[in-house]
Amino acid sequence: MNRTILHVDLNNFYASVECLYKPEIRDKPVIVCGDAESRHGIVLAKNQIAKQAGIKTGEVIWEAKQKCPGLVLVPADFRKYLRFSRMARQIYSNYTDQIESFGIDEAWLDVTGSTKLFGSGQEIADTIRQRFKSEIGLTASAGVSFNKIFAKLGSDMKKPDATTVITQDNYRDRVWSLPVGELLYVGRSTRQKLNNRGIYTIGDLANRDVHRLRLLLGVWGETLWTFANGLDVAPVRLNGEESIVKSVGNSTTTVRDLVSDSDVKLIIYVLAESVAARLRKYGLKCKTVAIHVRDKDLQSFDRQGKLQVPTYVSNDIAQKAMELFAANYRWDKAIRSLGVRGADLVMATSHVRIDLFDGDNMESETLEKTIDGLRRRFGHYSVQRCAMLLDRELTGFNPKDDHVIHPVSYFK
Amino acid sequence: MGKTFVTITAEHDTNGMIKPTVLHWADGRKWEIEKIFDVRMAASLKAGGQGLRYTCRIANKQVYLYCDDGKWFVEK
Repeated sequence: MNRTILHVDLNNFYASVECLYKPEIRDKPVIVCGDAESRHGIVLAKNQIAKQAGIKTGEVIWEAKQKCPGLVLVPADFRKYLRFSRMARQIYSNYTDQIESFGIDEAWLDVTGSTKLFGSGQEIADTIRQRFKSEIGLTASAGVSFNKIFAKLGSDMKKPDATTVITQDNYRDRVWSLPVGELLYVGRSTRQKLNNRGIYTIGDLANRDVHRLRLLLGVWGETLWTFANGLDVAPVRLNGEESIVKSVGNSTTTVRDLVSDSDVKLIIYVLAESVAARLRKYGLKCKTVAIHVRDKDLQSFDRQGKLQVPTYVSNDIAQKAMELFAANYRWDKAIRSLGVRGADLVMATSHVRIDLFDGDNMESETLEKTIDGLRRRFGHYSVQRCAMLLDRELTGFNPKDDHVIHPVSYFK
Repeated sequence: MGKTFVTITAEHDTNGMIKPTVLHWADGRKWEIEKIFDVRMAASLKAGGQGLRYTCRIANKQVYLYCDDGKWFVEK
């Protein structure tokens, strides 16, 4: 059966909310930025005028200022954005219970079952956009299609405040001419690989032999091919349906660039402690540890490695992370941000094979649980590793409780 | 155009509905809210804000009174 799926994207979300609250800056170039003091000073969002001046998300503040004199800087207020995000969700829930949020400002809605009540997909999209404008004062762009991938492409086509419909009949004209990089999950390196093989547009990708693509990109080749041909069947998850945790990770942009192994070690310890504490909270253990490293030129890479025994002990995670780091980084550049992630999760209560000679990990597990208890009662900084005191400025953050927004993956 | 935050006196009924009854101006003057015509979510583009909008009659004039996350304001 043909589904009707909407993808709604709130235009310049953070910047629009800020402009709504400050009418005096509405017709000036505005960017919402992180805290420059703690080196999170990048552009998080910009309004239409700033966009026209060539400012890009992720740019450093001084770069943006150079491009656009008279730029208005607004610090980010995530509490406000979350409130608007919730209100948007409330509006969606008037039309369907199948809502899947994709980040804070995007969502897929499956309105297949509501078309008899509220009209065609396009009509519902237009009503939602109209209500956004009058009730929460924001504009949105919507894509209407028969699968999630094309709906998302549609919402990106015309901005701001517009609806794009992609049907079974017109997707060849509308989608296939787009550059292949527009497709979800075609990033920098995949695009490069595809371009090398003469695949420049989504149409090129769709018309390739799927087996060739599989040889080139592995399972991804097949997935992207189904995306390009409109054969994606991923459902829009039901409202409130909790996704099963697949990995637990934390990352941070540090207050200063990391220049030595000992700096990295400190940060890895902080992150590993947070990851381990969260794993314990969920009652999970990880079998794989992954690290994410970004240098000061914003080039980044990920590496992962398997553990002998599943664990939720921070020492084991940190050790593995250090090992991965040492094996994969040559220190040609200073490091800007680091991430540690535990993946391949298993229930903590499930049976494990104990090493015949090393015995079990009970002692350190009990120790860490005791630390959890102490921190819960007396605060996060009541018990710390001695090494943390080497550089208070660098380690003075608590990723477990400080972070607000979780990035999400399409493949949950 | 700007916005003015105001103190209000309100009735909270058993259903959780809030009905403002008196509006207190900063200089101490009080205005009775004679009638509420409409209550809905709305954005105030004039004043810059968003919230539950009460369309009220105050001193024979139609006034928009907004409740933005617990803070009340009128368009000026």
